[in-house]
Amino acid sequence: MTDEVKPPTPAAPPPAAHAAPAVAKPAAPAVPPANLAGKTTTAAAAAGKASTRDPDDTSPLVTRRVWLAMAWGAFSAGSAVALAATGRFMFPNVLNEPPQQFKVGVPADFGMGVDERYKESNGVWIVRTADDIAQHASGFYVLSTTCTHLGCTPNYLSAEGKFKCPCHGSGFRTTGINFEGPAPRPLERVRVALAEDGQILVDKSRKFQYELGQWIDPDSFLQIA
Amino acid sequence: MATETKTIRPQESPATRFWNWLTETQVWKSVFRHERPNTDRNRVLVMLSNIFLHLHPVRIRKSGVKLRYTWCMGGLSFFLFLSLTFTGLLLMFYYRPTLEYAYNDIVGLREHVPLGIMREMHRWGAHAMVITVWLHMFRVFMTGSYKPPREFNWSVGVIMLVLTLLLSFTGYLLPWDQLAIWAITVGSNMARATPFLGHEGPGAALLALGDVKLIHAADDARFALLGGTFVGEGALLRFYVLHCVGLPLGIAVLMAVHFWRVRKDGGISGPM
Repeated sequence: MTDEVKPPTPAAPPPAAHAAPAVAKPAAPAVPPANLAGKTTTAAAAAGKASTRDPDDTSPLVTRRVWLAMAWGAFSAGSAVALAATGRFMFPNVLNEPPQQFKVGVPADFGMGVDERYKESNGVWIVRTADDIAQHASGFYVLSTTCTHLGCTPNYLSAEGKFKCPCHGSGFRTTGINFEGPAPRPLERVRVALAEDGQILVDKSRKFQYELGQWIDPDSFLQIA
Repeated sequence: MATETKTIRPQESPATRFWNWLTETQVWKSVFRHERPNTDRNRVLVMLSNIFLHLHPVRIRKSGVKLRYTWCMGGLSFFLFLSLTFTGLLLMFYYRPTLEYAYNDIVGLREHVPLGIMREMHRWGAHAMVITVWLHMFRVFMTGSYKPPREFNWSVGVIMLVLTLLLSFTGYLLPWDQLAIWAITVGSNMARATPFLGHEGPGAALLALGDVKLIHAADDARFALLGGTFVGEGALLRFYVLHCVGLPLGIAVLMAVHFWRVRKDGGISGPM
Protein backbone atom coordinates (compact mmCIF):
# COMPACT_ATOMS: atom_id res chain seq x y z
CA MET A 1 0.00 0.00 0.00
CA THR A 2 1.18 3.53 -0.69
CA ASP A 3 -0.35 5.30 2.22
CA GLU A 4 2.72 7.50 2.39
CA VAL A 5 2.02 9.20 -0.94
CA LYS A 6 2.19 12.96 -0.79
CA PRO A 7 -1.05 14.67 0.19
CA PRO A 8 -2.69 16.88 -2.42
CA THR A 9 -0.81 20.13 -2.56
CA PRO A 10 -3.05 22.82 -4.02
CA ALA A 11 -2.82 24.78 -0.79
CA ALA A 12 0.92 24.36 -0.39
CA PRO A 13 2.78 27.62 -1.01
CA PRO A 14 5.08 27.34 -4.01
CA PRO A 15 8.80 27.41 -3.27
CA ALA A 16 10.56 30.68 -3.80
CA ALA A 17 12.34 29.39 -6.91
CA HIS A 18 8.99 29.03 -8.71
CA ALA A 19 7.52 32.28 -7.56
CA ALA A 20 8.23 34.09 -10.80
CA PRO A 21 6.20 31.86 -13.20
CA ALA A 22 3.38 31.67 -10.66
CA VAL A 23 3.13 35.42 -10.65
CA ALA A 24 3.38 35.69 -14.41
CA LYS A 25 0.45 33.38 -15.01
CA PRO A 26 -2.53 35.63 -14.21
CA ALA A 27 -1.61 37.70 -17.26
CA ALA A 28 -2.60 34.83 -19.58
CA PRO A 29 -4.48 32.26 -17.50
CA ALA A 30 -6.13 30.47 -20.43
CA VAL A 31 -2.90 29.44 -22.13
CA PRO A 32 -0.96 26.71 -20.33
CA PRO A 33 2.75 27.39 -20.08
CA ALA A 34 4.89 25.73 -22.71
CA ASN A 35 6.83 23.73 -20.15
CA LEU A 36 3.68 21.72 -19.36
CA ALA A 37 3.88 19.93 -22.70
CA GLY A 38 3.72 16.22 -22.06
CA LYS A 39 1.94 16.59 -18.72
CA THR A 40 -1.63 15.45 -18.30
CA THR A 41 -4.35 17.80 -19.39
CA THR A 42 -5.82 17.64 -15.89
CA ALA A 43 -2.62 18.97 -14.44
CA ALA A 44 -2.46 21.64 -17.11
CA ALA A 45 -6.04 22.68 -16.55
CA ALA A 46 -5.57 22.79 -12.80
CA ALA A 47 -2.41 24.83 -13.19
CA GLY A 48 -4.06 27.23 -15.61
CA LYS A 49 -7.15 27.63 -13.50
CA ALA A 50 -5.93 27.87 -9.97
CA SER A 51 -2.39 29.10 -10.55
CA THR A 52 -1.48 27.64 -7.17
CA ARG A 53 -0.18 24.30 -8.34
CA ASP A 54 3.49 24.11 -9.16
CA PRO A 55 3.83 23.22 -12.86
CA ASP A 56 6.63 20.82 -12.01
CA ASP A 57 4.61 19.13 -9.27
CA THR A 58 3.99 15.55 -10.41
CA SER A 59 2.15 14.38 -7.29
CA PRO A 60 -1.33 13.05 -8.12
CA LEU A 61 -4.25 15.45 -7.91
CA VAL A 62 -6.34 12.66 -6.45
CA THR A 63 -4.79 10.29 -3.97
CA ARG A 64 -5.33 6.58 -4.35
CA ARG A 65 -7.47 6.62 -1.23
CA VAL A 66 -9.78 9.31 -2.61
CA TRP A 67 -9.87 7.68 -6.02
CA LEU A 68 -10.86 4.32 -4.54
CA ALA A 69 -13.52 5.97 -2.39
CA MET A 70 -14.97 7.64 -5.48
CA ALA A 71 -14.84 4.41 -7.46
CA TRP A 72 -16.55 2.41 -4.76
CA GLY A 73 -19.08 5.18 -4.29
CA ALA A 74 -19.91 5.21 -7.98
CA PHE A 75 -20.12 1.42 -8.05
CA SER A 76 -22.40 1.35 -5.01
CA ALA A 77 -24.63 4.05 -6.44
CA GLY A 78 -24.86 2.20 -9.75
CA SER A 79 -25.68 -1.03 -7.97
CA ALA A 80 -28.37 0.68 -5.91
CA VAL A 81 -29.96 2.08 -9.06
CA ALA A 82 -29.82 -1.35 -10.72
CA LEU A 83 -31.43 -2.93 -7.66
CA ALA A 84 -34.21 -0.35 -7.64
CA ALA A 85 -34.75 -0.84 -11.38
CA THR A 86 -34.99 -4.60 -10.86
CA GLY A 87 -37.61 -4.12 -8.18
CA ARG A 88 -39.60 -1.79 -10.40
CA PHE A 89 -39.35 -4.27 -13.27
CA MET A 90 -41.41 -6.77 -11.31
CA PHE A 91 -44.46 -4.46 -11.30
CA PRO A 92 -45.91 -4.31 -14.84
CA ASN A 93 -47.71 -1.23 -16.16
CA VAL A 94 -50.29 -3.24 -18.08
CA LEU A 95 -52.27 -6.25 -16.88
CA ASN A 96 -53.86 -8.81 -19.19
CA GLU A 97 -56.76 -9.27 -16.81
CA PRO A 98 -60.49 -8.78 -17.43
CA PRO A 99 -61.63 -5.22 -16.71
CA GLN A 100 -63.24 -4.41 -13.37
CA GLN A 101 -66.11 -2.62 -15.14
CA PHE A 102 -67.95 -4.27 -17.99
CA LYS A 103 -71.37 -4.41 -19.65
CA VAL A 104 -73.29 -7.65 -19.79
CA GLY A 105 -76.25 -6.84 -22.07
CA VAL A 106 -79.74 -5.46 -21.65
CA PRO A 107 -82.04 -6.65 -18.82
CA ALA A 108 -84.32 -8.40 -21.31
CA ASP A 109 -81.46 -10.84 -22.02
CA PHE A 110 -81.83 -12.32 -18.55
CA GLY A 111 -84.50 -14.62 -17.20
CA MET A 112 -85.29 -15.10 -13.52
CA GLY A 113 -82.59 -16.81 -11.48
CA VAL A 114 -78.83 -17.24 -11.70
CA ASP A 115 -77.00 -16.47 -14.95
CA GLU A 116 -73.59 -18.15 -15.30
CA ARG A 117 -72.42 -16.58 -18.59
CA TYR A 118 -69.95 -14.22 -16.92
CA LYS A 119 -68.60 -16.67 -14.34
CA GLU A 120 -65.59 -17.91 -16.35
CA SER A 121 -64.63 -14.61 -17.96
CA ASN A 122 -65.34 -12.08 -15.22
CA GLY A 123 -65.97 -14.00 -12.01
CA VAL A 124 -69.54 -12.92 -11.35
CA TRP A 125 -73.03 -14.43 -11.27
CA ILE A 126 -75.78 -12.14 -12.46
CA VAL A 127 -78.98 -12.92 -10.59
CA ARG A 128 -82.46 -11.67 -11.44
CA THR A 129 -84.98 -11.86 -8.64
CA ALA A 130 -88.62 -10.96 -8.17
CA ASP A 131 -88.18 -9.95 -4.54
CA ASP A 132 -84.74 -9.41 -3.05
CA ILE A 133 -84.20 -10.15 0.63
CA ALA A 134 -82.35 -6.88 1.22
CA GLN A 135 -83.97 -4.47 -1.21
CA HIS A 136 -87.51 -5.93 -1.19
CA ALA A 137 -87.83 -5.13 -4.87
CA SER A 138 -87.51 -6.91 -8.19
CA GLY A 139 -84.36 -6.54 -10.27
CA PHE A 140 -80.70 -7.57 -10.50
CA TYR A 141 -77.85 -8.14 -8.13
CA VAL A 142 -74.37 -9.42 -9.02
CA LEU A 143 -72.55 -11.94 -6.83
CA SER A 144 -68.79 -12.37 -6.73
CA THR A 145 -67.80 -15.98 -7.43
CA THR A 146 -65.13 -15.94 -4.71
CA CYS A 147 -66.00 -18.24 -1.81
CA THR A 148 -65.77 -16.37 1.50
CA HIS A 149 -64.01 -19.31 3.15
CA LEU A 150 -60.65 -19.59 1.36
CA GLY A 151 -61.28 -18.07 -2.06
CA CYS A 152 -62.19 -21.04 -4.28
CA THR A 153 -64.93 -20.72 -6.88
CA PRO A 154 -68.20 -22.48 -5.94
CA ASN A 155 -70.41 -24.27 -8.48
CA TYR A 156 -74.02 -23.32 -9.05
CA LEU A 157 -76.26 -26.35 -8.55
CA SER A 158 -79.45 -25.32 -10.30
CA ALA A 159 -81.42 -28.39 -9.16
CA GLU A 160 -80.78 -27.55 -5.52
CA GLY A 161 -80.82 -23.79 -6.06
CA LYS A 162 -77.56 -23.22 -4.25
CA PHE A 163 -73.87 -22.41 -4.74
CA LYS A 164 -71.67 -25.24 -3.49
CA CYS A 165 -67.94 -24.82 -3.05
CA PRO A 166 -65.97 -27.93 -4.11
CA CYS A 167 -63.00 -27.14 -1.87
CA HIS A 168 -64.50 -27.44 1.63
CA GLY A 169 -68.23 -27.78 1.05
CA SER A 170 -69.46 -24.29 1.84
CA GLY A 171 -73.00 -23.69 0.57
CA PHE A 172 -74.75 -20.44 -0.29
CA ARG A 173 -78.35 -19.68 -1.23
CA THR A 174 -78.95 -17.90 -4.52
CA THR A 175 -79.22 -14.72 -2.46
CA GLY A 176 -75.58 -15.24 -1.50
CA ILE A 177 -76.35 -16.05 2.14
CA ASN A 178 -74.17 -18.86 3.52
CA PHE A 179 -75.99 -21.73 5.19
CA GLU A 180 -73.63 -24.72 5.33
CA GLY A 181 -69.95 -25.54 5.50
CA PRO A 182 -67.11 -23.42 6.88
CA ALA A 183 -67.79 -20.16 5.00
CA PRO A 184 -68.05 -17.46 7.71
CA ARG A 185 -70.10 -14.91 5.77
CA PRO A 186 -72.26 -14.50 2.65
CA LEU A 187 -70.88 -14.05 -0.86
CA GLU A 188 -70.10 -10.45 -1.76
CA ARG A 189 -72.27 -8.45 -4.10
CA VAL A 190 -70.71 -5.90 -6.46
CA ARG A 191 -71.98 -2.64 -7.93
CA VAL A 192 -74.56 -2.95 -10.67
CA ALA A 193 -76.19 -0.12 -12.62
CA LEU A 194 -77.90 0.64 -15.90
CA ALA A 195 -75.56 2.20 -18.47
CA GLU A 196 -76.67 5.00 -20.76
CA ASP A 197 -77.07 2.60 -23.67
CA GLY A 198 -79.51 0.50 -21.68
CA GLN A 199 -77.08 -2.30 -20.84
CA ILE A 200 -76.39 -3.59 -17.37
CA LEU A 201 -73.05 -2.27 -16.09
CA VAL A 202 -71.14 -4.39 -13.56
CA ASP A 203 -68.42 -2.76 -11.47
CA LYS A 204 -66.30 -5.18 -9.45
CA SER A 205 -64.24 -2.41 -7.92
CA ARG A 206 -67.04 -1.75 -5.39
CA LYS A 207 -68.03 -4.59 -3.08
CA PHE A 208 -71.04 -4.85 -0.78
CA GLN A 209 -71.00 -7.15 2.25
CA TYR A 210 -74.23 -8.39 3.83
CA GLU A 211 -72.83 -8.67 7.34
CA LEU A 212 -71.88 -4.99 7.20
CA GLY A 213 -75.41 -4.04 6.15
CA GLN A 214 -74.22 -2.90 2.76
CA TRP A 215 -76.77 -4.81 0.66
CA ILE A 216 -79.34 -2.08 1.23
CA ASP A 217 -77.07 0.30 -0.69
CA PRO A 218 -78.90 1.28 -3.91
CA ASP A 219 -75.66 0.77 -5.90
CA SER A 220 -75.72 -2.93 -4.98
CA PHE A 221 -79.03 -3.54 -6.75
CA LEU A 222 -80.58 -2.65 -10.08
CA GLN A 223 -84.35 -2.25 -9.77
CA ILE A 224 -86.21 -3.50 -12.82
CA ALA A 225 -89.93 -3.88 -12.52
CA MET B 1 -17.31 2.95 50.83
CA ALA B 2 -13.63 3.37 51.07
CA THR B 3 -12.95 -0.05 49.54
CA GLU B 4 -14.71 0.76 46.25
CA THR B 5 -12.36 1.30 43.32
CA LYS B 6 -13.17 2.92 40.01
CA THR B 7 -11.66 1.90 36.68
CA ILE B 8 -11.19 4.74 34.23
CA ARG B 9 -11.10 3.77 30.56
CA PRO B 10 -10.38 6.12 27.67
CA GLN B 11 -13.60 7.28 26.04
CA GLU B 12 -14.45 5.47 22.79
CA SER B 13 -16.82 6.98 20.27
CA PRO B 14 -20.19 5.21 19.82
CA ALA B 15 -19.20 4.30 16.26
CA THR B 16 -16.03 2.60 17.46
CA ARG B 17 -17.90 0.75 20.17
CA PHE B 18 -20.54 -0.37 17.65
CA TRP B 19 -17.84 -1.53 15.24
CA ASN B 20 -16.07 -3.46 17.99
CA TRP B 21 -19.33 -5.10 19.00
CA LEU B 22 -20.32 -5.89 15.38
CA THR B 23 -17.03 -7.51 14.44
CA GLU B 24 -17.25 -9.78 17.49
CA THR B 25 -20.73 -11.12 16.72
CA GLN B 26 -21.08 -14.71 15.62
CA VAL B 27 -22.73 -13.72 12.34
CA TRP B 28 -19.86 -11.41 11.40
CA LYS B 29 -17.23 -13.95 12.33
CA SER B 30 -19.07 -16.62 10.35
CA VAL B 31 -18.96 -14.50 7.20
CA PHE B 32 -15.50 -12.96 7.61
CA ARG B 33 -13.29 -15.71 8.97
CA HIS B 34 -10.15 -13.68 9.21
CA GLU B 35 -8.69 -10.61 10.86
CA ARG B 36 -8.52 -7.26 9.08
CA PRO B 37 -6.47 -7.62 5.89
CA ASN B 38 -3.52 -5.59 7.11
CA THR B 39 -0.88 -8.29 6.87
CA ASP B 40 0.14 -10.48 3.95
CA ARG B 41 -1.21 -13.53 5.72
CA ASN B 42 -4.61 -11.97 6.38
CA ARG B 43 -4.83 -10.72 2.80
CA VAL B 44 -4.26 -14.27 1.65
CA LEU B 45 -6.96 -15.49 4.03
CA VAL B 46 -9.44 -12.98 2.58
CA MET B 47 -9.15 -14.70 -0.77
CA LEU B 48 -8.98 -18.25 0.54
CA SER B 49 -11.92 -18.05 2.94
CA ASN B 50 -14.43 -16.50 0.53
CA ILE B 51 -16.18 -18.67 -2.03
CA PHE B 52 -16.55 -15.80 -4.50
CA LEU B 53 -13.08 -14.33 -4.11
CA HIS B 54 -11.33 -17.69 -4.13
CA LEU B 55 -11.81 -17.78 -7.91
CA HIS B 56 -8.95 -15.30 -7.89
CA PRO B 57 -5.46 -16.46 -7.11
CA VAL B 58 -3.92 -15.03 -3.98
CA ARG B 59 -1.05 -13.61 -5.99
CA ILE B 60 -0.72 -12.97 -9.70
CA ARG B 61 1.95 -11.95 -12.14
CA LYS B 62 2.26 -8.26 -12.79
CA SER B 63 1.43 -8.86 -16.47
CA GLY B 64 -1.85 -10.43 -15.41
CA VAL B 65 -3.33 -7.04 -14.55
CA LYS B 66 -1.90 -5.25 -17.57
CA LEU B 67 -4.82 -4.25 -19.74
CA ARG B 68 -2.71 -3.97 -22.86
CA TYR B 69 -1.64 -7.57 -22.41
CA THR B 70 -4.89 -9.31 -21.37
CA TRP B 71 -7.42 -6.85 -22.85
CA CYS B 72 -9.57 -8.13 -19.95
CA MET B 73 -11.65 -9.90 -22.59
CA GLY B 74 -12.08 -13.10 -20.58
CA GLY B 75 -13.19 -11.12 -17.56
CA LEU B 76 -15.55 -9.03 -19.68
CA SER B 77 -17.03 -12.18 -21.23
CA PHE B 78 -17.67 -13.57 -17.76
CA PHE B 79 -19.17 -10.28 -16.60
CA LEU B 80 -21.44 -10.20 -19.65
CA PHE B 81 -22.47 -13.79 -19.00
CA LEU B 82 -23.45 -12.86 -15.43
CA SER B 83 -25.41 -9.81 -16.54
CA LEU B 84 -27.09 -11.82 -19.33
CA THR B 85 -28.05 -14.50 -16.82
CA PHE B 86 -29.57 -11.89 -14.55
CA THR B 87 -31.44 -9.92 -17.21
CA GLY B 88 -32.51 -13.18 -18.86
CA LEU B 89 -33.93 -14.39 -15.57
CA LEU B 90 -35.96 -11.19 -15.30
CA LEU B 91 -37.22 -11.52 -18.88
CA MET B 92 -38.45 -15.03 -18.08
CA PHE B 93 -40.99 -13.47 -15.73
CA TYR B 94 -42.78 -11.93 -18.71
CA TYR B 95 -41.98 -14.12 -21.72
CA ARG B 96 -44.07 -17.18 -22.68
CA PRO B 97 -42.59 -19.44 -25.39
CA THR B 98 -45.79 -20.24 -27.28
CA LEU B 99 -47.02 -19.27 -30.73
CA GLU B 100 -49.87 -17.34 -29.17
CA TYR B 101 -47.85 -15.20 -26.78
CA ALA B 102 -44.15 -15.12 -27.72
CA TYR B 103 -44.17 -12.14 -30.08
CA ASN B 104 -46.68 -10.14 -28.07
CA ASP B 105 -44.71 -10.72 -24.88
CA ILE B 106 -41.58 -9.35 -26.55
CA VAL B 107 -43.52 -6.29 -27.71
CA GLY B 108 -44.96 -6.02 -24.21
CA LEU B 109 -41.48 -6.12 -22.71
CA ARG B 110 -40.73 -3.00 -24.71
CA GLU B 111 -44.08 -1.23 -24.45
CA HIS B 112 -45.82 -2.23 -21.22
CA VAL B 113 -43.29 -3.55 -18.80
CA PRO B 114 -41.43 -0.92 -16.80
CA LEU B 115 -37.82 -0.43 -17.91
CA GLY B 116 -38.08 -1.77 -21.44
CA ILE B 117 -34.30 -1.37 -21.38
CA MET B 118 -34.12 -4.77 -19.66
CA ARG B 119 -34.72 -6.57 -22.94
CA GLU B 120 -32.31 -4.27 -24.76
CA MET B 121 -29.63 -4.95 -22.16
CA HIS B 122 -30.08 -8.67 -22.79
CA ARG B 123 -29.98 -8.21 -26.55
CA TRP B 124 -27.01 -5.86 -26.73
CA GLY B 125 -25.20 -7.73 -23.98
CA ALA B 126 -25.57 -10.89 -26.07
CA HIS B 127 -24.07 -9.21 -29.12
CA ALA B 128 -21.26 -7.84 -26.96
CA MET B 129 -20.52 -11.24 -25.44
CA VAL B 130 -20.06 -12.82 -28.86
CA ILE B 131 -17.58 -10.06 -29.67
CA THR B 132 -15.67 -10.26 -26.39
CA VAL B 133 -15.41 -14.05 -26.59
CA TRP B 134 -13.95 -13.80 -30.09
CA LEU B 135 -11.52 -11.09 -28.97
CA HIS B 136 -10.54 -13.24 -25.98
CA MET B 137 -9.77 -16.11 -28.34
CA PHE B 138 -7.81 -13.72 -30.55
CA ARG B 139 -5.73 -12.41 -27.64
CA VAL B 140 -5.03 -15.90 -26.35
CA PHE B 141 -3.98 -16.95 -29.82
CA MET B 142 -1.75 -13.94 -30.44
CA THR B 143 0.02 -14.27 -27.08
CA GLY B 144 0.54 -17.99 -27.65
CA SER B 145 -1.35 -18.77 -24.46
CA TYR B 146 -2.85 -21.89 -26.03
CA LYS B 147 0.52 -23.66 -25.90
CA PRO B 148 1.35 -26.38 -23.37
CA PRO B 149 0.50 -26.65 -20.56
CA ARG B 150 -2.61 -24.66 -21.56
CA GLU B 151 -3.70 -26.66 -24.61
CA PHE B 152 -6.47 -28.42 -22.64
CA ASN B 153 -7.88 -25.10 -21.45
CA TRP B 154 -7.78 -23.82 -25.04
CA SER B 155 -9.93 -26.78 -26.04
CA VAL B 156 -12.37 -26.04 -23.22
CA GLY B 157 -12.44 -22.47 -24.49
CA VAL B 158 -13.24 -23.60 -28.02
CA ILE B 159 -16.22 -25.57 -26.70
CA MET B 160 -17.37 -22.52 -24.77
CA LEU B 161 -17.06 -20.44 -27.93
CA VAL B 162 -19.40 -22.87 -29.67
CA LEU B 163 -21.80 -22.78 -26.70
CA THR B 164 -21.74 -18.97 -26.79
CA LEU B 165 -22.68 -19.02 -30.47
CA LEU B 166 -25.41 -21.59 -29.79
CA LEU B 167 -26.79 -19.41 -27.00
CA SER B 168 -26.84 -16.52 -29.46
CA PHE B 169 -28.50 -18.70 -32.09
CA THR B 170 -31.20 -20.10 -29.79
CA GLY B 171 -31.93 -16.68 -28.33
CA TYR B 172 -32.36 -15.32 -31.83
CA LEU B 173 -35.54 -17.35 -32.35
CA LEU B 174 -37.33 -16.28 -29.18
CA PRO B 175 -38.71 -12.88 -30.34
CA TRP B 176 -40.67 -14.96 -32.87
CA ASP B 177 -40.79 -12.25 -35.51
CA GLN B 178 -40.17 -12.77 -39.23
CA LEU B 179 -36.44 -12.18 -38.84
CA ALA B 180 -36.23 -14.81 -36.12
CA ILE B 181 -38.27 -17.46 -37.89
CA TRP B 182 -36.50 -17.17 -41.23
CA ALA B 183 -33.06 -16.83 -39.69
CA ILE B 184 -33.56 -20.06 -37.78
CA THR B 185 -35.12 -21.70 -40.83
CA VAL B 186 -32.00 -20.90 -42.82
CA GLY B 187 -29.66 -21.75 -39.97
CA SER B 188 -31.26 -25.03 -39.09
CA ASN B 189 -31.32 -26.06 -42.75
CA MET B 190 -27.59 -26.60 -42.35
CA ALA B 191 -28.44 -29.59 -40.21
CA ARG B 192 -29.99 -31.21 -43.29
CA ALA B 193 -26.45 -31.62 -44.60
CA THR B 194 -25.08 -33.37 -41.50
CA PRO B 195 -23.08 -36.42 -42.62
CA PHE B 196 -25.19 -39.55 -42.20
CA LEU B 197 -27.58 -37.89 -39.70
CA GLY B 198 -29.00 -35.23 -42.03
CA HIS B 199 -31.44 -36.43 -44.67
CA GLU B 200 -29.62 -34.45 -47.40
CA GLY B 201 -26.16 -35.09 -45.98
CA PRO B 202 -23.41 -37.26 -47.44
CA GLY B 203 -23.89 -40.90 -46.57
CA ALA B 204 -27.50 -40.57 -45.50
CA ALA B 205 -28.60 -42.38 -48.66
CA LEU B 206 -26.48 -45.34 -47.64
CA LEU B 207 -28.53 -45.81 -44.49
CA ALA B 208 -31.45 -47.61 -45.98
CA LEU B 209 -33.05 -51.03 -45.78
CA GLY B 210 -33.92 -51.83 -49.36
CA ASP B 211 -36.28 -49.09 -50.44
CA VAL B 212 -36.90 -47.83 -46.90
CA LYS B 213 -34.77 -44.80 -46.03
CA LEU B 214 -33.71 -44.76 -42.39
CA ILE B 215 -32.80 -41.06 -42.45
CA HIS B 216 -35.53 -38.81 -43.77
CA ALA B 217 -36.91 -35.32 -43.09
CA ALA B 218 -38.96 -36.49 -40.11
CA ASP B 219 -36.22 -38.20 -38.13
CA ASP B 220 -32.88 -36.58 -38.94
CA ALA B 221 -30.65 -34.17 -36.99
CA ARG B 222 -32.65 -31.14 -38.07
CA PHE B 223 -35.84 -32.76 -36.86
CA ALA B 224 -34.29 -33.36 -33.46
CA LEU B 225 -33.23 -29.73 -33.31
CA LEU B 226 -36.60 -28.29 -34.32
CA GLY B 227 -38.96 -30.84 -32.81
CA GLY B 228 -40.74 -30.84 -36.16
CA THR B 229 -40.14 -30.58 -39.88
CA PHE B 230 -40.30 -26.77 -39.92
CA VAL B 231 -39.71 -23.91 -37.47
CA GLY B 232 -42.91 -24.03 -35.43
CA GLU B 233 -44.20 -24.54 -31.93
CA GLY B 234 -41.83 -27.38 -31.15
CA ALA B 235 -38.79 -25.41 -32.29
CA LEU B 236 -39.76 -22.40 -30.19
CA LEU B 237 -40.12 -24.47 -27.03
CA ARG B 238 -36.93 -26.47 -27.66
CA PHE B 239 -34.87 -23.36 -28.35
CA TYR B 240 -36.34 -21.70 -25.25
CA VAL B 241 -35.42 -24.59 -22.97
CA LEU B 242 -31.95 -24.86 -24.51
CA HIS B 243 -31.47 -21.10 -24.26
CA CYS B 244 -32.62 -20.73 -20.65
CA VAL B 245 -31.50 -23.97 -19.06
CA GLY B 246 -29.47 -26.41 -21.11
CA LEU B 247 -26.79 -24.24 -22.70
CA PRO B 248 -26.27 -21.89 -19.70
CA LEU B 249 -25.82 -24.89 -17.41
CA GLY B 250 -23.30 -26.42 -19.78
CA ILE B 251 -21.31 -23.22 -20.22
CA ALA B 252 -21.36 -22.54 -16.46
CA VAL B 253 -19.83 -25.93 -15.73
CA LEU B 254 -17.19 -25.37 -18.39
CA MET B 255 -16.46 -21.90 -16.98
CA ALA B 256 -15.72 -23.48 -13.62
CA VAL B 257 -13.37 -25.91 -15.33
CA HIS B 258 -11.85 -23.08 -17.36
CA PHE B 259 -11.09 -20.86 -14.34
CA TRP B 260 -9.82 -23.82 -12.33
CA ARG B 261 -7.54 -24.81 -15.21
CA VAL B 262 -6.17 -21.24 -15.47
CA ARG B 263 -5.08 -21.54 -11.84
CA LYS B 264 -3.69 -25.04 -12.21
CA ASP B 265 -1.71 -24.11 -15.32
CA GLY B 266 0.14 -21.38 -13.43
CA GLY B 267 -2.20 -18.44 -13.64
CA ILE B 268 -2.70 -16.07 -16.53
CA SER B 269 0.10 -16.67 -19.00
CA GLY B 270 2.90 -14.14 -19.00
CA PRO B 271 4.46 -12.33 -21.94
CA MET B 272 6.78 -14.53 -23.98
